[in-house]
Amino acid sequence: MIQALEDSQLVKDYMNGNERAIEVLIHRHNARLTGFIYSKVGDRELTEDIFQDTFMKVIRTLKRGAYNEEGKFLPWVMRIAHNLIIDHFRKSNRMPMYDATETFNVFSLMGDEKLNAESQLIKEQIDSDLARMIKELPEDQQEVLQMRLYKEMSFKEISENTGVSINTALGRMRYALINLRKLVEANSIVLTN
Amino acid sequence: MEKIYQTKTKTNKTVSAKPETIQFLLNYSKSLKVTEAKGIKFESNLN
Repeated sequence: MIQALEDSQLVKDYMNGNERAIEVLIHRHNARLTGFIYSKVGDRELTEDIFQDTFMKVIRTLKRGAYNEEGKFLPWVMRIAHNLIIDHFRKSNRMPMYDATETFNVFSLMGDEKLNAESQLIKEQIDSDLARMIKELPEDQQEVLQMRLYKEMSFKEISENTGVSINTALGRMRYALINLRKLVEANSIVLTN
Repeated sequence: MEKIYQTKTKTNKTVSAKPETIQFLLNYSKSLKVTEAKGIKFESNLN
């Protein structure tokens, strides 16, 4: 009997305290609303959550007597669901959620700036290899290379400090690098981390 | 004659909210009381 009543009548009945009316309304629009939400979010659990939130809002609005009877019930409910879906996507864009799976670990996204123990060892090895090879270079090239790389001096500063022209300093740097490369190749040293 | 093997197509189940979700909403509705005092509406949940 109550099943045959129109939405607008059921809404009125519910606002007048008939709890059975909301039950009929929920069952009547369940599939339609769930389908609508699911088509937007594509997730069963999330659909359930948004469905629940939608009807909680509907119930609160009706109980407060704040429902505007001019509109139709279902489009109004769909609009609430639509707004909740938008809220969800806004929130998830700000805070993207990652689910851990067998092939994907959420911790792979989190890293710290520090090198891990293995990388640290490799870095130390590279540094000591490089220092050893720099010592093999002729004195003048060694001097320019150390000033440029370790003291981060400009070629102008290097020329002032060593008493040679900028062009000579540049030339020494160039030869230092060429010789270093030769040493790396000759000793088959890997200088990458 | 060539046999036509046909697999049963998946029936498209319509999605609908779980009965427990609906039960939760009905209980929520029953427990929610709105009282008005001096023009202000107060919501209370009487569980």
